[in-house]
Order: sequence, then structure tokens, then C-alpha cells
Amino acid sequence: MISQQGLLAQLPRLPQQDLERWIAFEWVRADGVPGRYIFQEIDVARVRLILELRDELEVNEAALPVVLLLLDQLYDLRRQMLVLQQGVGSGAGV
Amino acid sequence: MDDPYKILGVARSASADDVRRAYRKLAKTHHPDLNPGNAKAEDVFKAVSAANDLLSDPGKRARFDRGEIDAAGQPSAPQGSYHDHADGEAGQRYSRESEHFGGWSDEGFADMFGSVFRGARNRGAEARARGGDEHYSLETDFLSAVNGATRRLTLPDGRALNAKIPPGTLDGQVLRLRGQGGEGWNGGPAGDALIEIHVTPHAFFSRVGQDIRLDLPVTVAEAVLGGFVETPTPGGPVRVRVPPHSDTGSELRLRGRGVPKHGSQPAGDLLATLRVRLGPPDPALDAFMKSWTRETPFNPRSAMETLP
Repeated sequence: MISQQGLLAQLPRLPQQDLERWIAFEWVRADGVPGRYIFQEIDVARVRLILELRDELEVNEAALPVVLLLLDQLYDLRRQMLVLQQGVGSGAGV
Repeated sequence: MDDPYKILGVARSASADDVRRAYRKLAKTHHPDLNPGNAKAEDVFKAVSAANDLLSDPGKRARFDRGEIDAAGQPSAPQGSYHDHADGEAGQRYSRESEHFGGWSDEGFADMFGSVFRGARNRGAEARARGGDEHYSLETDFLSAVNGATRRLTLPDGRALNAKIPPGTLDGQVLRLRGQGGEGWNGGPAGDALIEIHVTPHAFFSRVGQDIRLDLPVTVAEAVLGGFVETPTPGGPVRVRVPPHSDTGSELRLRGRGVPKHGSQPAGDLLATLRVRLGPPDPALDAFMKSWTRETPFNPRSAMETLP
């Protein structure tokens, strides 16, 4: 886990107001209170991903909610699939 | 690594814009977070990123074109891949299941393994009985954060805690002391104490990732003739060889003398940048400089004269 200040220090190309906007839009779910947010590892990875999508892959912020919605559903399905695979795997072993 | 021009599919004469466009086009298709579980996409993306790192840096590109460096650069994998987290239990944090109107996981064959899913969903109810997390902040000096240390904390309610600061701790990192937060209710477990670490700057060390930087002052004689000098490192002083004809700005790299190995992170390096110091005025030096003429002419400002 890392604080807002620590995260911004790690990502000098990320302006603070962008990060705070992403949290306000719920693209990133941080714990804590505004100005004193705390980020889990997955939040940090997601911030990096959003930054990369926007700055490298040219997904502008107007399109980002659509991309994130689809990505989140993709990962929901993948997690369910992985659980099912485990379920099938352990079932077969009985 | 193969020819970076070939990987990006651009001509050797391609402009910086052409390179960026080619990179973006490939990255959009092969980004590993958009292709989770597809090892081939990840390999392609790594190759494409490495090629882009090389060709988007005019200095590195020129050196590659002149044959001074080969294509094997640091393959910069995307940092902290999102899919590694999102595929695991942590991914639940960004689940959209609750937004579905009766998504397939709520019915149908997912219920065959229903308990597995319900287990994940019931965690919310459990959390309600858990005590709150309490936030604290703890200031620590630079070397304790680098090398690790144990600090005794006294909480507002009088309890004392030992907070173990692990080696390699970064400014802003948060330590979690399980069960040391607010008391649980309804028989629930206590919350955690979250301790945010603030690292105070050091007088001459600074940290860049796993590496430690410092400016190492040397005398004129040490710079010209070379020799052994003692340099501080986070682990204690070390004797280092200054090669002859070192100049201000020359960098010495002491492998493994930076932030010590911690977790899966290997030890970093100490990067000492030499700074030639003249020292206090000295009549002998003045006399020597008056009597000295260079055998080879040197103008340290020649590079500036070609610029407008």
C-alpha cells in the first residue's frame, strides 16, 4: 500500500488533479479520504494502466469509461473462469 | 533482440513521429493488460516496447545506427502489470458484477460451484462487523528506511506497538499492523493500524528506485592521477578506485551497494558522481598553474560555441 503522496512521487508524469479526478469518477478506488488516499497494489497498477491507455495508446478520457467497463467485465469473466476451472479440476480429482 | 526497425515495421529513415505512430499501433493490439493470458501478445509487446525505447531516444538511436550499441536494451515490460492483480482475488475490487442485472454468475452453472462465489460475496457482510482501520504517520530517517529498522510507537490510547520498517521502504509506503486498529463489533475482528512512513531526506544520499546516488567530492590530484578514496554507502564506508583522468560528473557504479536486497528486489547500486573540489586557496597550486601550459589544447566551452 502506498499513500497519495508516495504514488505521485513514483509517477512524476501524473498530475495530482488527474489522479483525483479519476478517483472522483471511480475509475480508481482508493481507500482513505481526499488528500490522504491510500492505494493498494492493484490500484497502483490500475493507475499506471489508465495513464498508459491515455498517454501511450491514445484512449482519451471521454472513451476511457467504456474501455474500463469492458476491461472490468473481461476480468470478471476471467476470474469466474479460473474459479470454475479449479472447481472442475478438483471435482475431477475426487 | 531482432532489428528494432523490423519489429516496429519502419524504415531506417523513419521520423520520430513515424516511430511513435508505429509503436502505438502495435501497442494497442498487443498490450498485455488488454490480452490477459496471452503469452504471445506479452512477448510481442515486450519486443515492441524495447524497440520503441531504443528508437524513440535520439541518442540511443544514433548510437545503434552507428553500431555502437546492439539492439539488446532493457526490455521494459509494462510496470506492475494490471492483469497480474486483476486475475486474482484482488481483482474483485473492480468487479462490475453488481452492475449486471442478474449476470450469469448469479444463476445457471456458476451455482454448481456456488459456495465458491458466495464466499467471495459474503465478505462484505463480514467486513461490517470488523473494527475500523486507524491511520498513523511515522517519520523515519533515510538510512532506517533503506536498511530497515524497528520503531516503537505509542498510540493515543496508550498502547505501544513495535512497527517493523522493512528494508527498502519508500516514502509514502503504508505498513499494516493487523488487528491493531479499532475494536470490532458484533464479535468481529479488530481493524488494522495503517502506518504511513515519511522518509526524511539524507544530507548526501538520494534514492532512485533501488539505486542510491551521491556526489563524491575528490581533490584535483585524485581526479587527475586516480587513486583510492573512501565513500560512504548505506551499508557503511567502502574504498573505491577513482580511475585516472576522472572529471567532475564522472560516475562510479558500485554494484550491490545501493538499497539492500529485499523481497524479490535484488540489491541496487551506489552511483557516485565525482565532484572535483579545489579546496581552500593554496599558493603552491597558484604557482603551479602559472607555470603550467597544456600539451594538448582544450576548450571546455567548445560545445557552446556551435549553438546560437
